[in-house]
This record gives sequence, structure tokens and C-alpha cells, in this order.
Amino acid sequence: MTFDLSIPSQLMQALTPDLVLMGGAMVLMLVAAWRPDSDRHQRLVGYGSLGVLLATLVLVLWFAGRGLSSGPGVIAVDGFRFAADALFILAALGAIALGIEYNGREGIWSAESHVLVLFATSGMMIMAAARDLMIVFLGIEMMSIAVYVLAGMNRRSPRSAEAALKYFLLGAFSTGFLLYGIALVYGATGSTNLTTISDHIVQYQLGHQSMLLMGVGLLLVGFGFKVAAVPFHMWAPDVYEGAPTPITAYMAAAVKAAAFATFLRVWRESFDVLDYAWLVPLWWIAAATMVYGNVVALAQRNVKRMLAYSSIVHSGYLLVAIAAGTNSGSAAFLFYLLAYTLATFGAFAVVCAMSRTGDRDLEITDYEGLWRVRPGLAIGMAVCMLALLGFPVFGGAGFWAKVYVLAAAEATPFRHLVPLTVLLVLASVVSAGYYLQVVRVMFMKPRPDGAPEPAPMGALTRLVLAVSVVLILLVGLVPSRVVSWARDNQPVPPKALKSLSITKAP
Amino acid sequence: MNDFLTTLNYNSWILPVLLLLPMAGAAAVWLHGRLSPSATPEQAAGTTRQLRRIVFGIFVVEAVLSLGLWWSVDTTSTAWQAYYNRSWIPMWGMHVTLGIDGISLMLILLTTLIMPLAVLGGWTSVREKLHAYFALLMVLTTGMLGVFMSLDLMLFFVMWELMLVPMYLIIGIWGGQRRLYASLKFFIYTMLGSMPMLVAILYIGVRTGDPFGRPSFSYDWILAHATFNGPTTLWLFAAFFVAFAVKVPIWPFHTWLPDAHVEAPTAGSVVLASIMLKVGTFGFLRFAVPLFPGVASYPPVRFAILTLAVIGIVYGALVAMVQPDFKKLVAYSSVSHLGFVMLGIFAMTVQSVQGALFVNLAHGVSTGALFLLVGMMYERRHSRLLDDYGGIAKVMPVFATILTIVSFSSIGVPGTNGFVGEFLVLVGSFRTQPIFALIASTAVIFAAAYLLWALQRIIYNPLTKPENKILPDLNWREIGLLLPLLFAIVWLGVYPAPVLDRTREAAARFVHRVETSSLNLGLGPNVEIR
Repeated sequence: MTFDLSIPSQLMQALTPDLVLMGGAMVLMLVAAWRPDSDRHQRLVGYGSLGVLLATLVLVLWFAGRGLSSGPGVIAVDGFRFAADALFILAALGAIALGIEYNGREGIWSAESHVLVLFATSGMMIMAAARDLMIVFLGIEMMSIAVYVLAGMNRRSPRSAEAALKYFLLGAFSTGFLLYGIALVYGATGSTNLTTISDHIVQYQLGHQSMLLMGVGLLLVGFGFKVAAVPFHMWAPDVYEGAPTPITAYMAAAVKAAAFATFLRVWRESFDVLDYAWLVPLWWIAAATMVYGNVVALAQRNVKRMLAYSSIVHSGYLLVAIAAGTNSGSAAFLFYLLAYTLATFGAFAVVCAMSRTGDRDLEITDYEGLWRVRPGLAIGMAVCMLALLGFPVFGGAGFWAKVYVLAAAEATPFRHLVPLTVLLVLASVVSAGYYLQVVRVMFMKPRPDGAPEPAPMGALTRLVLAVSVVLILLVGLVPSRVVSWARDNQPVPPKALKSLSITKAP
Repeated sequence: MNDFLTTLNYNSWILPVLLLLPMAGAAAVWLHGRLSPSATPEQAAGTTRQLRRIVFGIFVVEAVLSLGLWWSVDTTSTAWQAYYNRSWIPMWGMHVTLGIDGISLMLILLTTLIMPLAVLGGWTSVREKLHAYFALLMVLTTGMLGVFMSLDLMLFFVMWELMLVPMYLIIGIWGGQRRLYASLKFFIYTMLGSMPMLVAILYIGVRTGDPFGRPSFSYDWILAHATFNGPTTLWLFAAFFVAFAVKVPIWPFHTWLPDAHVEAPTAGSVVLASIMLKVGTFGFLRFAVPLFPGVASYPPVRFAILTLAVIGIVYGALVAMVQPDFKKLVAYSSVSHLGFVMLGIFAMTVQSVQGALFVNLAHGVSTGALFLLVGMMYERRHSRLLDDYGGIAKVMPVFATILTIVSFSSIGVPGTNGFVGEFLVLVGSFRTQPIFALIASTAVIFAAAYLLWALQRIIYNPLTKPENKILPDLNWREIGLLLPLLFAIVWLGVYPAPVLDRTREAAARFVHRVETSSLNLGLGPNVEIR
């Protein structure tokens, strides 16, 4: 079925999953305000949020299975949107599941924290659907404002407040770049619609117009901030360290995935024809991100901070997939996001389980000898670390994700990407230094005398860890289905072929 | 025998079964750990006894199953033997393709036969977290066998990496004093080598793919249809070279080896020395050289590799001579022996390549035995320093006898397996590379020097230290596990013909492929598909 987006009722239909999520979030917000804050109320709203997310997930999957499409308009109805939505919802489920138990322990009884995750997620879904720069902006703001608040959710912790303020200031700053870029692109091409922009660039031969190139450059900077690519990454480590752990996981997985999904769509649908202009800057940003992130991550002693730098590194790897600029690059990108989301949530589930009230025990040395007291936790963490390292079999999905990105980059006609792939694998050897550090501390060191017994794991935390680990290993053994899922859901610009024929016509 | 195996349809199922059995064994061991009681010390001891028997049993079954290959494999055929092919990830052109030929047959048998002995050798030395230890050993076995069997480049890579984590954990958890340092060094070196190989494998796969953008990783297909030209070939070869050179190890990539060997527990050292060092030379024989025969026959490259090989031979022997630690001495002697293998491969005569294959096998047997003996010494005296011993022959006559025989085999005394291989390598390489062969032959003298000197200090000098006067001699388990190795040492030394017959055709094909190719460094497409 094809939606005609100029008819409001059909536009509404095309946005059904998003509307369900937003509606549910508003109802839950009222519920959250209904009673004074308490642990019980917080749990209740949390379970409600999980329910709303599951309902949305079912809807998204149902929409994805129907092979829908749409005519020209401000939003996209395609496989990429629903695939990205599913990833965001997966991450949100994980964040709320971890959050319910974490908030209970930390005494963060404001039930709104779960609802804010829902709002952020609906912002992300708008971003994944956006086929217009204004909608992109709308989605980013919706997501960001909710996440600014979430970062500062732990009001008793000064670090949390610092994280929120830092995130807010730099986020606002980057939004400025983004908005200015949108304005310049609009000025140059006369449109904010992604497809029209591409058409106009080809039609009026705007390829070397400086206003357009400046606009694209500013958009690159704006997205660079959002995905924490070097040199626009400075906010990430502090924010990730200060925010409540489940929110950190959510930021590292979902917020990044959403920014990347939009980034990819804008780049594939609007600026594909400008690859000569952005390829070189993107190459350098990717290279710098991989090298810098890895080297600095080596020096980290705090698990959350190490994972923050690791998430910067993975931005670098994902940028390689975007730089490939091909269909298999986009497919590799989706596969990578899935593997990365799973591994990140698995790792943060362990961090949640290990830390104690007040976010103590987050140093890597606190994991010494964990295998001897909590073998399940240690093995789960090891699998996630090896998945982030991209190691076959033991790291399962992480390996195929890396292989997919490398293969996509090597298959492009741009020869310059081959050195980038070599850089990627060498960077991942460096990353063995810190991922293995965790493995080795857990397995090879004895448990120090007097080290406190880790608290028993909550059922939800255990569930998140188990699901992540099982999926990582399973996808590692038989990746075929996930590969076809990623291949079938690339963003395909409507009229992509038509715009090519316009080039040839005159 | 062959008829019997044919009625079982042996060749059609044996390779996947050999791969999956240890994996299933690892799962069984894990389950055993979950289900068995270990509340009281008696229960724990019972569980441990039971576990050791189960593990040993699984490895024995594996070894017995694999023995059929000796008869069923027709090494004169040009087709892959016991071939098995199944689609794995169709959209990426990846398959589970298994097959063996004369090059891999002996290494597979070596692996399956050494593993039960390694378990038996570490029977009492590993005491904690036994379930994890044995499960890792089994996963490691699958990885090693997979490397020798894979005929799909991606499958090969996965198996290659599969070996890494179990060995890393075995060294790091059950190793000696400096185990943390040694295990990390081992991991980083190996990964640093293998990651460029991954890029090269993907490059080959993507560039030789079909017109629909599906890559092709089939070894046979690439070998038959793809030619690599220009500087790209050199880069690709370099990527494979580094991965294999670290594993061999070729000087100067060897520095991880003494650390890893010395720190690993006995079974780990045996597996490392007997089998895991062979995957490097096997990689050259199976992948690096046949895929890029032009590079291997390109004089500057060949000269450089031969130089490194010979440096390794002499350097390993000289450094071994000054080691105070017996385990380290054996580790450095490995560097020297594996240099012989590299010399044999790159001298490119049928004899030298056959010799290289034979040294692989002989080194697996004799160095495995040496590490087992070192382990037995260490269990009794808790020292590996040569100077802590002396006059042991008086208190441990059986041990002294066996140590002498095994050392002779490692030196390469005629009548032992060590002699045949090194002799063939030297004779074969004298024809094409007389200078290198001449330098390498000096190492035989050095080998005699360092091992005989060590023997003297351990078993002959006067028995002065009181601690040594009470050392018990080998028990029946230890003698039983060494007997098969002694038998192999003598059999391969006296009557090597069955092994040589089985490697001749493969070696001849290998040499032929290199000699009929040349390197095209000129312009033209990087990858040509016929």
C-alpha cells in the first residue's frame, strides 16, 4: 500500500506507531503526576512504559512486514524507518528495564524519568521518519530536550547535574550549527525536502555553489556533535560518566543510533551527489575519531568513562560505513547498530548490577576476580567486551558487524577507503588493550580480600543481560537472517533513478 | 581397512564430526560443572575424577575417529579428500567448506593424537576451575582442527581467531607468575597480525565476487580463477605474511613465544608448541604462497624471507644455549626448528617442502614430549632452572632415559624423527639456496650443544642438592603417556616412508604452482578474473 502524504488522514495513518507512543507517553505522564513520588509508583509507571513500548514495537513490526511505501512528502514510509524504530524501541526497553531497578536502588523516585525516555524515543522515531530538514530538526529537539533532563535525573548527585548542564549547553550549541546549515541549504536549493534538495542540486547544477557547500559543512559539524565524532566529542565522556547508568546506556545506544540514522538518510537522500565535497572531511573525521577515541580509552580507569570513549570509537567505525556511501554501506550500518546496541546494553547491565548505591564501584579494579564470585556476570561482560572488540564467535554479532562495514568500504569505487579500513582494523587492535583489560581483570586476577560481594542482580537487569548475550552469540553463529534484514531495509531515496536521468537529459 | 571405512561412508562425515565433537564436549563439560555436586571435599574430588575421565574419553574418541583418515585419504588425488561443503551465509558467499590433502592430513592427526596426551600430562597440575579449563581446551581443539580443514577464507579466519581466546584464557588464568603479561602479549601480537589478514581476505572476497555484488571466499574458486597483479599483490601477501609470521614465529616476530610458552600450564605449552606453531607454517603452505605464487617466487621477497628464516634458525639456537630456564630453552629451540620449516618452504624444491612438512610433524612430537617432561620435572621440584638439578639419573632413571631419547630426537640424531626432516630440508635447499642451507646446517651443531649441555646439567652432574635425592621417578600414567610419543619418535626416524609418500604429491603440486608463475608488477587491473 502506498500512502499519499498530502492527505492528512493518510499522513496520520503513516505515523500511527509514533502517535501511539506519544499518546501513551502523555497518558503515563498524567499517571506519573497523579501520586507523590515513591518507589512503588516509579515501578508502576516503569512497567506501564514497558507496555507502551512493547505495543509500539508490535505496531512497528506489523507496519514493517506490510511492505508499505509513500509518495513524496515530509516523512518516509520505508523499511529503514521501521528498522531504525525497532532499534530505538529495543534500546528504550533496555533503558527502562535497567532504570526501574536502578532508580529504586538510587532513590530516584521521580516516575517521570521513564516517561521522558518514551518522549525521547518518539523524537527518535520522528528523526528516522523525517524526509524534510525541518522535521529532522523537530525530531532532534524532541529527543534532545528529553535527554537533557534525563541526564540530570539524579538530583542528589552533583556529577549528574554537571552532566546535564554540559550536555544542554553543547547540545544547544550543536543545534545552532545544524539549524544554520539547514538555513544555508535552504537558501541555496530553495527547499528543505530531502529529495527536492537532491533534485535541485542536479537540476540547477549547484554542485560547486559555496553557500550550499557551507551549509553541508555546517550540517556535518552538527551531526558530528550529535554522534560524538572527534573533534566534536568533548561533551560525551563527562556526560556519560555523570548521567544515571541506564540513561548512559540509552544515550550511548539509542541517541547515537538516532543521530546516525538521520545523518545517513540526509546524506544518502540529499547529498549523495556531492560526495566529492564531503568524502575527504568525512574520511578525516572518521580516522581521527577511531584513533583518538581508542588511544584515550586506553587510559581510562572508570568503566563508564571507558565505555563512553568506546562509544566514540564506534562512531568512527560507523562513519566508515557512511563514507562508503553505497547501499551495502547503509546495510552494514544497520547491522552494526544492532550489534552495537546489544553489546552496549549487555555491558551497561553488568555495570548497573555491579555498582552500588551512589554509583560507587565503577572503577575497573572493582571487577577484579568477578569470575570467582559471579561467573554469569563475568561471562556476560566478557561476551559484550569481545563483541565491542569485534571478535568472532565469542563476540558473535560484533564480528560480523565489523566484517560488514569493512567489506562495504572495500567494495566502493573510492580507493581511498581501503587505507581507512586498514586504519579501522589497527584501531581495533588498540581497542583490545582496554576491552581485554576488563576481561583480564575479571578472569585472571584473584578477588581482593575484603572486596564486597556484589549485590544480587534484579530480575529485569538479568533479563537485559541475558537477552543481549544470547542474541549476540546467536547472531554470531547464524547471521544470515539479520544480514537480509539489514539489506532489505536500506534507505532508498524515491526517484533516485529519476534524478540521474535528469543529469543526462540536457 | 579402506573398504571397511567406505562401507561406513567415513569420508563424507568425518571432518564435520571431528570439528563438532570437541564443541559438544565443551558443552558437556559445562553441563557437568552445573549438575555435579561439589559441596563437600569428597564430592568435589569425586567430581574432579569423573570430569578428568570424561574429558580424556572424549579426546580419545576424537583421536580414534580421526585415525581412519590415515587409510581413507588418497593423497595422490588432486581433489580434496573427505570434502564437505555447505552454505553458511549465502548472501556473503560464505560456506562451510572442509577438505584435506597431504599437507593437512599429518597436522590433523598430530592434533587429535597430541590432545589426549596433553590432557593426561596436565592430569594433576591444574587444580582449580577445572571445568572451565577443559571446556576451553576443547574449544581450542575445534579451532585448531578448523584451521587445518577450512577451504573457505572466511571460515579459516573465524577458526583462526577461535584459537586465540581459549589460549589467552588458559595462559592468563592457569599460567605461572608472569601470566598476565604473557597472555596479553600473546593476544595483542596475534591480533595485530590477523587483523590486516581480515582486510586482505575481505578485499579478495569482494574483488573476486560475482557481478551481483556477492563476494566469493571459496579457496578453490579463487585459486582457479583469480590472478592478482601490481603492487596490490605485494600488500595482500604482506597482510597474510604478518599474520602467519607471528604464529610461526619468524624472527623478529617471535618475542611473544618464550613468554607464552614459559607461563602457560603444561597442557597449554604442549598445545602451543606442538600444534599452534604449525598453523603459521601451514598458513604459508595453504594460503599465502598458493594464493600469491608470483610474490613467493619474486626474488627480493624470497630472499628476504629466507634471510629471516635463517636468522631465526641461528638466533634461536644461540639464545637457547644461554637460557638458565629449561622451559625457555625449549621455547627458543622452537624458534630455531620452525626456521627450518620456513627455509624448506621457501627453498621451493619438492624435497625441501616435504622436509618442511616432516619437521612440522617431528617438532610437534618431540617438543610436545619435551614440554611434558619439563612439566613432570616442575611438578616434582617446582623449579625449571637447570642449575637446581643435577644427577637426576640416579634417582629418576626412567625419566632420564626418556629425556635423553627425546632430546636426541630434538637435536636430530640419525634414527630419530628429527633427523629425517632437517636432513630433507637441508638436502632440498642446497640445490637452490646453497648459502642459506650452509648457514642453517650450523644450527644442527648448536642444537646438539644446547640440549646436551642441558642434559648434562639436569641428569648427569653429581647429585649434590639434598632436595633432589628424594624425587620420585615417573609413575605409570606418565610413562604411559610418553610411550606413544617415543614410539612416534623411533618409527618416524627409522621408517618415514609412509609419511613421505603421503606428502609427496601435495609438495610437488605446491612447488609446481610457484615455479610456473611470475609476478606482474606492471599496470593492469589489480585483480583479474578468468
